[in-house]
Parts: sequence; C-alpha cells; structure tokens
Amino acid sequence: MQIARETLLRSYRAMRTIRMFEERLHVEFATGEIPGFVHLYCGEEASAVGVCANLTDNDTIASTHRGHGHCIAKGVGVAGMMAEIYGRSTGVCRGKGGSMHIADLACGMLGANGIVGGGPPLICGAALSHKTLRDGGVAVAFYGDGASNEGSTLESLNLASVWNLPAVFVVEDNGYGEATGASYACAGTQQARAAGFGMPYIECDGSDYFAVHQAAGEAIAHAREGKGPVMLHVHLQRWYGHFEGDAMTYRAADEVADARRDHDCLKLFRTRVTEAGLFEGSELDEVDAAVADEIEAAVVQAKDDPLPQSADLLADVYVRY
Amino acid sequence: MSKKSFRQAINEALRQEMRRDPTVILMGEDVAGGRGGSAGTQDAWGGVLGVTKGLLEEFGDTRVLDTPITEASYIGAAAGAAVTGLRPVAELMFVDFVGCCLDQIMNQAAKFRYMFGGKARTPLVIRAMFGAGFNAAAQHSQALYPLFTHIPGLKVVIPSSPYEAKGLLISAIRDDDPVIFLENKVMYDEEEDVPDEPYAIPFGEANLTREGRDVTIVAFGRMVGLANQAADRLEKKGISCTVIDPRTTSPLDRDTILECVADTGRLVIVDESSPRCNMATDIAALVAEEAFDTLRAPIRRVVPPHTPVPFATVLETLYLPSVDRIEAAVTATMAHRVAEKV
Ligand SMILES: Cc1ncc(C[n+]2csc(CCOP(=O)(O)OP(=O)(O)O)c2C)c(N)n1
Ligand SMILES: [Mg+2]
Repeated sequence: MQIARETLLRSYRAMRTIRMFEERLHVEFATGEIPGFVHLYCGEEASAVGVCANLTDNDTIASTHRGHGHCIAKGVGVAGMMAEIYGRSTGVCRGKGGSMHIADLACGMLGANGIVGGGPPLICGAALSHKTLRDGGVAVAFYGDGASNEGSTLESLNLASVWNLPAVFVVEDNGYGEATGASYACAGTQQARAAGFGMPYIECDGSDYFAVHQAAGEAIAHAREGKGPVMLHVHLQRWYGHFEGDAMTYRAADEVADARRDHDCLKLFRTRVTEAGLFEGSELDEVDAAVADEIEAAVVQAKDDPLPQSADLLADVYVRY
Repeated sequence: MSKKSFRQAINEALRQEMRRDPTVILMGEDVAGGRGGSAGTQDAWGGVLGVTKGLLEEFGDTRVLDTPITEASYIGAAAGAAVTGLRPVAELMFVDFVGCCLDQIMNQAAKFRYMFGGKARTPLVIRAMFGAGFNAAAQHSQALYPLFTHIPGLKVVIPSSPYEAKGLLISAIRDDDPVIFLENKVMYDEEEDVPDEPYAIPFGEANLTREGRDVTIVAFGRMVGLANQAADRLEKKGISCTVIDPRTTSPLDRDTILECVADTGRLVIVDESSPRCNMATDIAALVAEEAFDTLRAPIRRVVPPHTPVPFATVLETLYLPSVDRIEAAVTATMAHRVAEKV
C-alpha cells in the first residue's frame, strides 16, 4: 500500500514527539517534580502511530495506563498533556486525572486507564455508538499482553463478535505485565483466542511502522465495512521499567540494549524512507528540531502554569446535582 | 523487639504464619515477580511495594503464587481454596481493583457460611492497599472499607501502625472467616518498635491510644495518628481528648465507643473514606441511637468531600482529613452551647 508523503511526515513527527515526550518525562520524573505514577511508552511508538494513522477524529480509541503514546498519536495536544502530568489547571483534565487518566473526547480519545482491562468493554460501547448512529466510525481498544488475560477483555472479544461491532482489538504485546513475563501469564496464543471468538487475527512487528500501518489498515477497513471485529497483535519491546523507578531485574541485562539497537522504530523508519528517496535526512532533522522545541516549550509552560483552585475540588462530580 | 516499618511488620506476620501453618499460601500479581522474564530472576518485586519480598525464597513457588492479571479468577480461586482446606492470603494490590472481582468476594466468599446453613468455613485473607496521599488519582486512591463493612460475612481490618499491622494480620490469617485487610499505602515506611515473636491482636476490641475528659475522637488507620497529633495540640490549649482506634470496622467495638462518649459527651469521627454511608455515618447513627442523652454537642465528622480523589497535590491535600481539620472540629464541638429552652 502506498502511504501519502504527508501521512508519512505526520507519522514520523508523532513518533518523534512520543519518544521525546517520554524521554523528557524520564528525566523530569527523576527530579521528583512529577507527582504520581508514570508509565513510559518508549520503544512502542510505531504501534500507536501506525494504528492511529488509519483513524480520524470521528473514530474512537481507548488506551491504558501506558497511554501517552496513544494520546499523542490520536492528536491530543502535547502542552495540555504535559500540564496534566504536572497537575496544573491548564491540563487536558484540569489536573484532576494525571498521567494515567489523560482523555480528550473531542478527538476520539476515550482515556488512558488506571484499570487493566478497563478499555475493551468501553470500546464495545463506542463501537455500538458508531454502529447505531451510522457515523462510519470505528472503535479501537489498545491493551497489553497482561490485560489480554482479564475477564473484561475476553468478554469484550465475545461481545464484539456477538454484536458484529466495528471494533479492533490491538494487543500491544511487550512481553511483560509489570514484572511477570507473558510467557508465564498468557496461556495459549492470542491467535487462538481470536479464533475462539470467531474474529480474524493479524499480527505484525511493532517496531516497523509500515508493517503496523498495513496490518491496522486492513483490520480497520474490515471493521469499518461492517464485517465485524478484528484482533491485531503487535509485537513490541518496552525500553523503560514498568513504571518510573522499576529496576527491571527480571529482564536479561542486554534485552533493552538489544531492543534499542535492533528495534528502534524511528531509526528503522528513517533508514527506510531516506533509502527509498522519499525524504532527505535533513527534512527529518528539521522535524526532530521542531519537536524538541515543542517539548521544551511544553515543559517550561507546564511548570509555570497555575495550580488548580480549591473550588475545583468540588467541580464536575456530576453534570447536575 | 526492634524497630520495624509497616511494610516489614506485615512481611514478618506473613512469614511467621507461613512457618507455623503449611496451609497458608500467598497469591497475587507480582507477589514474587520475575516469572517468565528473560533474566529468570525470581522474586523480582515481592509485591509492587516490596511487602512480600523474600517470601518466595523461603516458601517456594507452590506457596507463593504469582498470578496473571485476572482478579476475578484468582480472588475467586482463593475463596474456593479457603473453603476446601487452604488458608490463602490473596493480595489485590490496590483496593480499587475490587471492581474487577467484587462478585467473588461479595456473593461468594462472604455468603458461603450463612447460605450453606453454617457448614462452610472460609479462612481467606484479602490484603490490599488503600487511601489517598500518593497522587495516584481517582482509580488508585480510594478508601473502600465501608463497602466491605456493608457486606455481612466479611470482617474488615484497618491497622493504624506497624505494631497493629503485625498483630492484626496474624489474627486475620488465623481467623476462619473471610477477612479484608486494608493497608494505608502512605504508611509503609512508618516505623516503630514491634515484637519479634508472633502475637495476635483480637478483632472487635478497640484500642484507646489516649484517654481524656472532653472529647472522644474515633479514627481509622492512618487517621489515628493524625487524631493523636491534633490531640497533642489541643492538650496545650486545655482540651483533653480520648482517641479510639476501633482496629476493625467489622466487627465493631460498639461498647468502647459508647462508654467513651458517655464519659466525654462529645464525639468527633475521622474517616478518610467517601462521606456518604461511611464509617463516620455508621458510628454517628450508633451514638445517636444508643447514647443520645449523653451528648452535649452535635457529633462532628471529619471526612473528605463527596468527590472522586483528585490527582493534583493541592486538591488531594484539600481532599483528605488533616490535623488542622481535626483540631478545628474538636474546637467547634467544645464551643457548642446547648440552646436555652424558652
Ligand atoms: C485491574 C488492575 N489490576 C492490576 C493493575 C496493576 N497494573 C497496572 S499496569 C499492570 C501491568 C499491565 O500489563 P500489560 O497489560 O501487559 O501492559 P504494559 O504495562 O506491558 O503496557 C498491572 C498489573 C491495574 N492497574 N488494574
Ligand atoms: Mg505488557
């Protein structure tokens, strides 16, 4: 499949934005200024971006605790995200949610989620809305290998098939749920699970943007055409700890170094598009520089932004009460 | 006797009970950690906050079981194992995750004994951490003990210090009913002297952490410490407080609460759970019903607002009961004058 130059450039920028956003958070978190839990998505960028490049604002996604990448890929503004992570009133959730709850319904982002397996049922509902309202939208659940074992996830696979929903279930398989390997925690295979619920299954290498884009394109087209749900199994590597502060003693010493060397989606993308003569390296360097400026500005702004006010504590529990 | 943290006290209770009774087993997500990982490391975490660290090494993987992320199945499995001969201690990690397995607790474990006409014993302990103060936001900060207290058949324990944690957990493990054991996550590094040998603190017997003339303060878990700090300040102003730590919300030591209220005539309840239908309302109802005539001022509750727990530090600080707010409530109850009859 030919991908438009414009799409490629946008995708590269999104992946670079995620990478720099997360690397910066890694540094800032260590200073103690960022409250709460932070789970970084570095190494997995091509999954969110390759999938979301096939979506519009009219489509819906649900994310996980490791949600920054999905947010950026779906178009949530970096400044608002950073401010949220710093607990500022200018944050996308006004400082009420933090890293694990970034949501922006206006661009079809149903929220990161603090509950593992929280997203797939919501995506059945979003898909039901798209189907009932006939708006042509598709709903996509991102969830981890760990979350793939939750009853809520397995029930959602069944429900989506039973209702023939325009839903795509993206298993982001980075091999670990916290400190436990998927090889221990996941019985059988994701493929057999998809088959068990009567839905097509596609898998791809999550460090290859083009592979994800292609596979997600097929899955999303299938769902959009009313042919029912699809499972997309993306093989990934996470480059940092489960959360910031995790020493990762459960991983072989060279596992992350190898992943960084051989499975860096940004490096692979660059090589591919420059060798194909689609972009000059300098064009991509310009993107990198622009993204670096954007992240720097977001951090400076977030640190300077106002804190929530005491009245905010009571606001927005209900629409009306 | 030696200084131990809340975390170490809990670890020691688990270790000693596992040594004493081979049917005690442990299960939960990453209670050891490292299974299936590329390093082959076992006991990589010992629980997300290191509370169960080292137990795998001593007891092996037939008694320390890492589970997949499937609360409904492993909490249910713990209930099923409890009713068939084992004494499982299942760790739910954050109590908020009870949303994923409430059926197995509420409709299964809690009800076996009554529904089966007294035939079942379910010696199950579910440990979970709770509470705000960690910037963990709405889905990782709740204080859900009223939810469990509401369910007949469950016992509910909230330790207020390392000493309390060890003795109460030992009782929980030895108890033949399902027990929900709730650890305030802000307290894990708090230290105090804790005996090295095993000891059991009975359920349903409140602890008076201080005795005074003027006001009775009932507080739960971490709030007991805050209540004592407030009482220290008030002492300097000439107001003397009794502070009650009920230790367990179910069973609840009603007698001690009623006796103290009869002595002081004034009651302040400090409860960090959501304010509707929480322990503060429960105790207020008890006192209104049983000790109305002894009251010299309205009962006051120091509780959070009826909102989810916010993320930002400024908001979370406002959300939680504080020493200042407890002091203000006690001062207000002391200032109350019964209206003159006309
Ligand atoms: C219901 C529930 N159980 C447990 C947790 C704690 N927890 C947070 S993330 C996580 C691991 C999730 O693993 P996976 O789904 O593979 O996602 P990854 O972290 O690898 O991206 C766990 C157990 C939770 N947040 N919610
Ligand atoms: Mg994973």
